[in-house]
Amino acid sequence: MEANSSKKKGRISRVRHWCSKHFSDVPLLSWLIGAPVAAVLEDFVGTPLALGLGLPKVPVLFGFVLMLKKPLLIPSILIYMILIYILPVVVTAKLTAPLFNRLASKLLNVSGRLSVVIHLLLLYAGLHLWSSISAYRLLTLKLTLIAVMVTLSLNVINGYMGEFSCSHPGFMALGAYGASVFTVLLFVNDKIFGPAHLPAYLAPYMFPIALILGGCLASLGALAIAIPSFRTRGDYLAIISLAFMFIVKSMIENLEVVGGPRGLSSQPDLAALPIVFIWAVLCIWITNNFVRSTMGKALNAVRDNELAADAMTVNTRRTKIIAFLFGAFWAGVAGGLFAHVLRYVNPGTFGIQKLAEVLAMVYFGGLNSVYGSILGAVSLSLLSEMLRPLEMLKWIIIPLLLILLMIFRPTGLISFKEFDVIKLIQPRNNSREKS
Amino acid sequence: MPLLQVKDMSHDFGGLRAVNNYNLSIEPAQIRGLIGPNGAGKTTIFNLITGIYKPTEGSIIFNGHNIVGKFPHEIASMGIGRTFQNLRLWRHMTVLEHVKMAQYSKITYGIIGAFFGTAKRNREEAEIEERAFKLLDMLGIKELSDQKVVNLPYGAQRKVEIARALATEPKILLLDEPTAGMNPEELAQMMDFIRQIHSELGLAIFLIEHRLRVIMELCEIVQTLVFGEVIAEGPPDEIKNNPKVIEAYLGKEMVA
Repeated sequence: MEANSSKKKGRISRVRHWCSKHFSDVPLLSWLIGAPVAAVLEDFVGTPLALGLGLPKVPVLFGFVLMLKKPLLIPSILIYMILIYILPVVVTAKLTAPLFNRLASKLLNVSGRLSVVIHLLLLYAGLHLWSSISAYRLLTLKLTLIAVMVTLSLNVINGYMGEFSCSHPGFMALGAYGASVFTVLLFVNDKIFGPAHLPAYLAPYMFPIALILGGCLASLGALAIAIPSFRTRGDYLAIISLAFMFIVKSMIENLEVVGGPRGLSSQPDLAALPIVFIWAVLCIWITNNFVRSTMGKALNAVRDNELAADAMTVNTRRTKIIAFLFGAFWAGVAGGLFAHVLRYVNPGTFGIQKLAEVLAMVYFGGLNSVYGSILGAVSLSLLSEMLRPLEMLKWIIIPLLLILLMIFRPTGLISFKEFDVIKLIQPRNNSREKS
Repeated sequence: MPLLQVKDMSHDFGGLRAVNNYNLSIEPAQIRGLIGPNGAGKTTIFNLITGIYKPTEGSIIFNGHNIVGKFPHEIASMGIGRTFQNLRLWRHMTVLEHVKMAQYSKITYGIIGAFFGTAKRNREEAEIEERAFKLLDMLGIKELSDQKVVNLPYGAQRKVEIARALATEPKILLLDEPTAGMNPEELAQMMDFIRQIHSELGLAIFLIEHRLRVIMELCEIVQTLVFGEVIAEGPPDEIKNNPKVIEAYLGKEMVA
């Protein structure tokens, strides 16, 4: 048994070694170029290839749903995955690596910001092309980006600051309803809110204001928790914030103006993919800036030892309140986007189920880490879509996965790691120079 | 004028009087000691001075300002630095981050700077980092700067705690048993370290200690605290031979 496992470990390390040998000199830029190439390829030859391999249509989410429904098609799906995604991406990345290493270093010399923007544009191009194949993909992608925002904002409170807040669905609800009421009131002829007050062409310009308003509403709610509960630490905040979540939910359920338990619909269609993408990037950028500054590191100091933080001139009370309001703000913005992506919200969405989902994403991905939040949100969002055909079994597999994770990596997959963008985008020819 | 003056300070924990009519006056650049048996209230006095507890009675004047009732972080940024008896380091942070964090009160870029990475923030962060490196260099622990504190040996952790306290640029440094749990070699190093800090930075030091050797070699004046009351005060030689002190530590001699 032991020998077997060590052999397995040896094989894994050999694969890793092989990968690092062949791909360590491939810069991020080349990988990002590979993504649109694969997406374009799928656009042109995806359908005939899928039909040729005996698949009913192009596998929407990497074929997982199909694999679970019809296990006999697994080889065809794997071939499809290799031909459409893995091979093109790897080949493009490898071929363009020498050229793009030079390009990346030149870009970095000109301006780090410019280089980041170009990387993001490439990433967006890949996502846009990939998601344009089906509406289901597009929706999943948007919801995943929103999940990233929510997870990251909760990580600021639960990971970076080390409190245990359970009120994130409540903040999302406040943001969702705040932003929805704003847009519906101004731009939609609605039964409850009356005729539109402003012409529809203004709506895209006012949408950021709606989202920020939703975020501020959530922050206001957070202030209501922060003031009484930050005198104590630990379990008290968990209980108070849980109560807050239920209060928000039942408050909205009883508010007839916004539809009560039936929910609020007819939001204008404002949350297109680029908008959601931009907000998600903004959220990641600002959060990463914050947690990497000394002011943001103060959160870690408060978490690891509050008394010492106080004695080292850190204004702990202010630090905690800023972090809490910050987390709530982004949850509110994410909620606003969520409402406009689905174009319908009801209070039932923001209950204990949502809380479990978000907490799982935070702890699965990794505490105190932007990478972790992105990874956790993306992997659990996709996983929960992929395992959909299993129905009930899905809610056994995902929690089981979490239990295993808690046993083997108690702080999550990628925890306590700094997200250094410049390091990520820099050219990768150092290893060759060394050897 | 003394740098730090405590007048008639008392503190009650419920019905228990932990500190009774405590008086203290420390001149700039003076090293003073505080000794006493376990549970005498030494750490309580530190916590009272640094604002963690609020004294029931009495006043604490630091640099001409009454600091009773101020928040601990305000008192710290006025210039009272401290270390803790049981190390209170931030376990997930590196040595450099510790020393940078202790300069929190010098940050002026605000939340806008923190969120958007403005030029002002970058400049201030660079300044803080430079000062941090300078301090670590002076204390001879620069090579540890990117180590996580939990990976360091005990003696180095003690040094990091002192370095962190010094980064707040204190006028007086409160050391709570800086040599607790150290072997003789580490002890000698720590004493050199304290002497070096004192001579290079010229700050006042107030230290709690159990080991007579440290007190004898470092302090100018020593107070002995028993059950929250000062029973003797004077130069270390006098204190060592004071019958009251001997009684408090060793008990009364049986009269046959």
